[in-house]
Amino acid sequence: MAEEVKSPAPLPPPDGEKKPTAEKPAAAAPAAPAKPAAPAKPAGPVPVPWTSPMVEKYRNQYGSGLDAQTYLGQNYLSVDRSLIPDILRLLRDQEQFDYCVDITAVHYPKREKQFDVVWILYSFPRNERVRVQTQIADGDPISSCVSIWAAANWLEREVYDMFGIRFEGHPDLKRILLPDGWKGYPLRKDYGILQQDKEWVQINLGIESGQ
Amino acid sequence: MNVNDDTARSHLDRSNLDRSNLDLETPEKPYLDANELIINMGPQHPATHGVLRVILKLDGEKVLGTECVIGYLHRGVEKIAENRTYTMFNPYVDRMDYVAAVSNGLGYCEAVEKLMNVEAPARAKYIRVILTELNRVASHQLWLGTHALDIGAMTPLFYTFRDREEILKIFERYCGARLTTHAFRIGGCQYETYAGFEKDVKNFLTFVAPKIDEYEELLTTNRIWLERTKHVGVISGADCVALGVTGPVLRASGVQWDLRKAQPYAAYSDFDFEIPIGENGDTYDRYLVRMQEMRQSLRIVEQAVNAIPEGPIMAKVPKVIKPPVGEIYHSIEAPKGELGYFIVSDGSTQPYRLRVRPPSFVNLQALDIMVRGALVADVIAVIGTLDIVLGEVDR
Repeated sequence: MAEEVKSPAPLPPPDGEKKPTAEKPAAAAPAAPAKPAAPAKPAGPVPVPWTSPMVEKYRNQYGSGLDAQTYLGQNYLSVDRSLIPDILRLLRDQEQFDYCVDITAVHYPKREKQFDVVWILYSFPRNERVRVQTQIADGDPISSCVSIWAAANWLEREVYDMFGIRFEGHPDLKRILLPDGWKGYPLRKDYGILQQDKEWVQINLGIESGQ
Repeated sequence: MNVNDDTARSHLDRSNLDRSNLDLETPEKPYLDANELIINMGPQHPATHGVLRVILKLDGEKVLGTECVIGYLHRGVEKIAENRTYTMFNPYVDRMDYVAAVSNGLGYCEAVEKLMNVEAPARAKYIRVILTELNRVASHQLWLGTHALDIGAMTPLFYTFRDREEILKIFERYCGARLTTHAFRIGGCQYETYAGFEKDVKNFLTFVAPKIDEYEELLTTNRIWLERTKHVGVISGADCVALGVTGPVLRASGVQWDLRKAQPYAAYSDFDFEIPIGENGDTYDRYLVRMQEMRQSLRIVEQAVNAIPEGPIMAKVPKVIKPPVGEIYHSIEAPKGELGYFIVSDGSTQPYRLRVRPPSFVNLQALDIMVRGALVADVIAVIGTLDIVLGEVDR
């Protein structure tokens, strides 16, 4: 099926939307057939609206600040940044999402709000997963959820280490995988794959280059 | 010699020594005081199972607190993924948890398959289950050998490595590699089983079952083993959940949760097996849980090898893998816990973002509360019982 390389249009799941650049999914938002809600990030071919009593309740409560969709059977909530502390706490306290599986981020440098922060949650009693995601601009802090799930401690530190996203209220926000004095955030798209903090390498390792 | 003779003892008389160059003032603090002591353990320490550095705050021999310093093995796997195609990145995942490379490969391949909305054929799924479960046994064997060695029991190391060799031989015959196997491809398996694969696997099952009893004979009722592991590194089920701890550590604390049952993937829903759990959440229970898990894995392998369906081993996937735009999170039950892959596709041949949710990294966070109040020697036992692989912690 090598023809797929040449023509991206006839993909097996016909999604109808063609994206000029990958970094700008927000630009394709009006093309999404199911959801006209603007702040939502279209996640794929056909993300269908996710309806459940829980979602309805939150939708009534928060209105346009929240958007719930399902993609390939996986549910996710796109939430306004200001609602994040409330939503996360409600999900844990009222909806039994007691296990914070992962926290991570995605960088879209061409977007105004450059980062997607993603929380992957799981509920033991319900055997159900949900992803919560929000968009933030570079330099915007986001509230820490260490007080909600203790597991968030290292996960938030890693996001800070790799993306430079600050979590407000984190007990000990510092680099975790890279050395403390390192400059730059490697998982940002503008950080080259061969790039490194040469100064740090020369001072601390006594070699010209780590490559 | 008369001991009372002063001349005989004159060499002990130091009253005429010049002490001007020595600082022999009475120290301000008593020599043995009760101050906190901060010591460093690792990163080059055999009991840290790699390059883990732990800063310990001690009161005498009691641990008051710890801080893990990690990242010595950081290779930027997630960054590499963004610069490789989906196919090219496949071997890299083997280098994370390198003692359970097959599990890593399974998780990655299934995640990409899910993103592409394809499914591996039934025969491929069965081969995957057999190899993954064999790898789980191998991983637990390596854990047992090194964990027991840390605590002071040397024999299990030789027994487990001897028997693990048989699994590695099957891997080698199947795909040519022993450790970083790269056994699976996106869409199924690259290789058909070799002639005699089923016989080899069955022979291994009959060979290893009594060997597991043998390990237990050495340790389960061994008094030293009991002293070193019972009530050591206790963690409650609620703490495990709050800290996101998964795998045998969670199960030993009494939470019966295993992704193979909770959200079955591959062909696990076809097989009959149990989820062993512990009660006390201590190092001993974690040992028992892992021993039982090995037996359950053998049960799964036996059922799978007797029922491998015929058919293709590769689904219809394009030569160039270009998943549609979208995001997916898929996780599997690796020997160490929940291993997840969060992949963001922009429709190109390379992942826009690939996040690995490593069980070892998250589980290691629990080290601090598990060793608080314990003794220094227990830190070694707890690092062993958490079963971390630094390649996966640091990525």
